[in-house]
Amino acid sequence: MSLLVTLPVLIPLSAFAISLLMWRRPVVQRFVSLASAVLGLASAVSLLVHVESDGIQSVNVGGWPAPYGIALVSDLLSATMLILAAAVFLAGVVYSTATIDSSREAKGYYVLLNSLMLGVNGAFLAGDMFNLFVWFELMLISSFVLMAIGAERQQLEGAIKYVALNLVASALFLTSVGLLYGLAGTLNMADLSVKLSDSGYGGEQTVVAMLLMISFGVKAGAFPLFFWLPASYHTPPVVLTAIFSGLLTKVGVYALIRVFTLVFVNDAGFLRDVILAVAALTMVTGVLGALAQTEMRRLLSFHIISQIGYLLMGLGLFTVTSLAGAIFFMVHVVFAKASLFLVAGVVQRLRGTYDLPRLGGLYRSHPALSVVFLVPALSLAGLPPFSGFFAKVALVKAGLEIDSYAVVAVALVVSVLTLMSMTKIWTEAFWKTGPGEAKPDADFGGSELLLLGLPVIALAAMSVLAGIAAEPVFTLANDAAEQLLNREEYITAVLGEDR
Amino acid sequence: MLLRRSMIKMLIGLVLLANATNLFVFSAGGLTPASPALIDDGSRVQADSVADPLPHALVLTAIVIGFGVLAFAVALVSRLNSVIGSDDVEQVTEAEG
Repeated sequence: MSLLVTLPVLIPLSAFAISLLMWRRPVVQRFVSLASAVLGLASAVSLLVHVESDGIQSVNVGGWPAPYGIALVSDLLSATMLILAAAVFLAGVVYSTATIDSSREAKGYYVLLNSLMLGVNGAFLAGDMFNLFVWFELMLISSFVLMAIGAERQQLEGAIKYVALNLVASALFLTSVGLLYGLAGTLNMADLSVKLSDSGYGGEQTVVAMLLMISFGVKAGAFPLFFWLPASYHTPPVVLTAIFSGLLTKVGVYALIRVFTLVFVNDAGFLRDVILAVAALTMVTGVLGALAQTEMRRLLSFHIISQIGYLLMGLGLFTVTSLAGAIFFMVHVVFAKASLFLVAGVVQRLRGTYDLPRLGGLYRSHPALSVVFLVPALSLAGLPPFSGFFAKVALVKAGLEIDSYAVVAVALVVSVLTLMSMTKIWTEAFWKTGPGEAKPDADFGGSELLLLGLPVIALAAMSVLAGIAAEPVFTLANDAAEQLLNREEYITAVLGEDR
Repeated sequence: MLLRRSMIKMLIGLVLLANATNLFVFSAGGLTPASPALIDDGSRVQADSVADPLPHALVLTAIVIGFGVLAFAVALVSRLNSVIGSDDVEQVTEAEG
């Protein structure tokens, strides 16, 4: 079933091509994107089912055998990531149809959304380093333009920082690709895994690994390389922030997990210590940054960074439990984060501002909205019975198992601080009697209410569902983690038995 | 150049960095004075040692990508310049709040 592996690339590619041809007809583009999102989700789910029953799937595009040809590989982690991306994309497209103004639509908003999705899906499936680079660039250029589209002053200012820092990161990425090719004479990840673990290259490998860590760290928003994120994420329309938060930084984390579980396994002790230190600092700086903010989108942007720390912690501890925890956390945070941003968008639509001091009284006027905010917010803070709780339990347990008390302590303290800053949004925007009482809330049409409400509620429900049905999700995460640590399975799937 | 306050100079810095990276990939792949990777008429394998064509292909792709991204960056800086009325990075930071 090679088609299943290529579909996550083919679907957004076709949608991209069709919407490009329909440049002057945004309404058609909307429906094409919607179809692409629904089909994408369906294909990702069937890919996961297939990978679960038949093991890791690898396809050689163009028929050239790996390691010479281009391989698309899907293991449980990539299939899971594809589903998460597709779900956020679907919610984003529905929300966009109600909130994106016609001037942005006329400048190719939906065309770019599809090319963004193409890059993201490609990155999850890439089987070699150079293709990973190409997919990254495709994703970045789409996000650059999406960030700047509309050309409001604030957006342009955010975009320039985002573009400059990410271009430097890409240059570093390409440098390390060159070094890897010079070292091992191959770029196929499975082949690299074999060659590098057989070879005597010690120091050189560590250099390349650190270069890649910096480059992916910028893209993931890890300490101390995250400054572009809070400077730019709050500037575009909020639905884009939600999509970016669900996709872009997570692709960076995915690349880190892939590279450090598959390619660089020599000298791993040092690398893992570095990752753990980075993880702890990322968690702390992210949450402290969030505590200082009073603008909803900025506050939530800092939380993205803080949550990236937890994901890195799972990678740094490097046991089956911790990687499973990281993957579970990924499922949790993608849904929780995207729905929080979308709720912030609804609040702005109602009251015309994201500023907490100028908000208030939303609980009295919109109790349903408050509940939809509260669920992912408590989940993010890690309260039972929501998904964030189980994800953090797994991470903490993994940390205690191998006596990494320091990072566990940091994770727990940051959790409390996260709850504090979520409480801040709750009291300021929803609980207190606000100055906004005098001005009546903006009215919704019935269809707009549906288009805004549906994705928000669906994402929040997924967040709850991942908590209630924690057992099957965790089993999946555990299988994915075992697969990550068992490199032989991946290598055999790509290179065949007789390598 | 990347750290200069002027955004135009920052762009020049990015161009330099992108080109330096391309040259680096080229040389890291190993420069060999051999014949091009072409197979003669009638034979199925190449006659003697050939230069590794893969770094060429990588660099060619990277050049195309880099060109596209930099073209966007130039357009962005130009637009920002007309909105802010200055190409000083400091102006951007001040207006952030």
